[in-house]
Amino acid sequence: MSQPDDFGFTEEAALLKESARKFFNEKFTADVLHNMVAGDPSPDRAPQVQWDEDIWQQMVDLGWSLLAVPEAQGGVGMPLVGVAGLVEELGRAAFPCPLLSTLAASYILSACGSEGEPALTEIAEGATATLVFADENGSLEPKATPIGVSSGNLDGTGYFVQDAGKVSHLLVCARSDSGLSLHWLGTDAAGVERTQDSIVDLTRDQAHIHFNNAQAQQVSADASAALEQALPALWTLYAADMVGAGEWLLQTTVDYVNARQQFDKPLGFFQAVKHPLVDVMVMIDQAKSLVYNAACAVDCEPEMARQYAHMAQASASDMADYSGSRAVQCHGGIGFTWECYVHLFFKRQRHSQMLWGDGPWHRARLAEIVIDAVA
Amino acid sequence: MAEVGQMDTPEQAEFRQSARAWLEDNRPADPIVRLPLTPLEIMTEGQLSYLQAWQKAAYDAGLVGCDYPVEMGGGGKNDCQRIANEEMLAARTPYMPNVIGLGMAAPTVFYHGQEAVKQQLLPRLFSGEDIWCQGFSEPGAGSDLASVQTFAERKGDKWVINGHKVWTSLAHFADWMILLLRTDKSVKHDGLSYFVVPIRSALGKGVTVRPLIKMTGETGFNEVIFEDLEVDDGYRLDELGKGWQVAMTTLLHERGAGDLVTPRSGGMKNKSSHVSNASSLISLAKRTIRSGSTAADDPLLRDRMMQQLVRETGMAASQRRTRVTALQDHPMRLPLQNKLLMSEIAQDTAGIATEVEGAAASLYLADDAAPDGGQWPMAYMNSFGFTIAAGTSEVQKNILGERVLGMAKSK
Repeated sequence: MSQPDDFGFTEEAALLKESARKFFNEKFTADVLHNMVAGDPSPDRAPQVQWDEDIWQQMVDLGWSLLAVPEAQGGVGMPLVGVAGLVEELGRAAFPCPLLSTLAASYILSACGSEGEPALTEIAEGATATLVFADENGSLEPKATPIGVSSGNLDGTGYFVQDAGKVSHLLVCARSDSGLSLHWLGTDAAGVERTQDSIVDLTRDQAHIHFNNAQAQQVSADASAALEQALPALWTLYAADMVGAGEWLLQTTVDYVNARQQFDKPLGFFQAVKHPLVDVMVMIDQAKSLVYNAACAVDCEPEMARQYAHMAQASASDMADYSGSRAVQCHGGIGFTWECYVHLFFKRQRHSQMLWGDGPWHRARLAEIVIDAVA
Repeated sequence: MAEVGQMDTPEQAEFRQSARAWLEDNRPADPIVRLPLTPLEIMTEGQLSYLQAWQKAAYDAGLVGCDYPVEMGGGGKNDCQRIANEEMLAARTPYMPNVIGLGMAAPTVFYHGQEAVKQQLLPRLFSGEDIWCQGFSEPGAGSDLASVQTFAERKGDKWVINGHKVWTSLAHFADWMILLLRTDKSVKHDGLSYFVVPIRSALGKGVTVRPLIKMTGETGFNEVIFEDLEVDDGYRLDELGKGWQVAMTTLLHERGAGDLVTPRSGGMKNKSSHVSNASSLISLAKRTIRSGSTAADDPLLRDRMMQQLVRETGMAASQRRTRVTALQDHPMRLPLQNKLLMSEIAQDTAGIATEVEGAAASLYLADDAAPDGGQWPMAYMNSFGFTIAAGTSEVQKNILGERVLGMAKSK
């Protein structure tokens, strides 16, 4: 199979992206974000879950949380390129919400066959969810899951769980005698205890979750296969988020260096400032093109999806780091302060960069495909 | 990757079909002579005549200049050059020799020349019967192009030209030159004008062409000296003092960001053809033994090779994204990155390849033991031609920073 020349980015997708940008521009500018999440600068502040549930409810009403749920389960079944467009705008706004986690869970559930359908129907009806699979070392291999399952009951502790304080449901990768399986349960189920992590990124929340004989519904008896199929979509969306956040950092920094004068010139006059910001722009554009290329592969060229998703993540992770570091550096002294909004996006980018594997990790996996696999 | 042809208009689809049919029967036989990597290094009459015969045949078949008006020797079609290029690439045809004519002179003459000049010059430009070169850089004018000193003085209906141009690729075979010069010494940019001037027919009559040797040891580019060359006023492009604006049309197309698609063919394999891309880099690493395993097993080299593959794939995806308006915030943002990306990626790929080769990267073309015939160290050196020519990477970054991001001009 091959890709349509325009990535399959339809008018409908363009409309969604455009309206998402308008939505966040109107309701959620950086100063609103700062007021919401940056009230307490203390480095040893207690973990908090800070977000705006009213705005989130409006997003749910717009149907954004069920975009990845197939039509048969009451969702929209939108192609990934369209969803990526929305997530790019979400990243640009750095809006704290469980959208990314829920979309990711939807792709995994969609790869679970009929067993996953009831959970997808719940998402279509407003449930939100996040994946639990990492051990205390943050391993990116699902087979390292620290959670055991026996007779449908979960035991153990899952780490680095994203949006844990905002979601209604958990999708848990667990190990049993017969292999890896996936399970679905509410965050308020008996035997589930959540401990929020103290994290750097103010735009997200993260927790570790203890399961003590917690009863859950199995949604797949073959977690490896489902994750294998869904991971390219998930990686692509997290890369799209980094692209959006990178663009915010770039535009904000360009505005600053155009306005700020030193030596009787705007900072942007100096090539030592201008050229690194152009480098950031080029990196963003590479990552962005690779995101839509990967998304389109998931939609239309599945045999290439994994390769292209590794490329999108590798490119976006490197860019996330550089866009954040150049934004702080080019803002100079003010960029180093809490009052300047740049730190919010710097921290979000650093968080995203590591979350699903950084550049070297994805390039190493890519090399296994393109160097080792081909004789 | 994208499937060819699925977004064709009816006109394009019909054109594609006839192009494909013609190419099936008429793709030229492989040359007896060894061809250089690009047309800019054509060194012998034998190489030139083979390539000129191909361009003429392609032109006669309607594959060159398709989007230009019929009265100027074009095909009068709508957005069909892109189709012709895709089909020629797929058919693995040779490249065309008149690259500067097709890529730079044609759009410049088309937008700024007088009707008579277009009708006189463009047909033979498209057919490749006339070879073109470009007279921009001078010993004292490189990145600061607007400081050119070559001067044209008015003498009745004619102009008398004196000056010195450098890095002039293909001048030794050229019939015509696009020439940026000065007609007023009192102002900088507004003192520039733009001409097309004869070269071959004026040799010894005001024009001298002398070869310059590249750091690789190859020739292919030249210096051109004008001593009292007389040219008719009709060969002036656009108004007096508008040379800078005309030069921008040339440079925009040279950097792959113009609106007229350059006729382009290529893909033919011959014994010297060498492509600096990630796939040939990986193939080299798999064949290179070091410490008992191959260079393709070295984790650091693997990472660097994958970086190149990612950048290359990203560039191709960006070229597709250029055609999706909803995925762009600024219309020139992607086109203006083309030249920078292409040249920097090729340079890094060749540089990594020489590191993969290790000590063997010391061996050059005449050494039988040189991996890949010594082409990688040569490609690495040649890559600097591309990061310097047509506006250095540093100039490209100024342009991107100023025109796309709106930062203050660095001069």
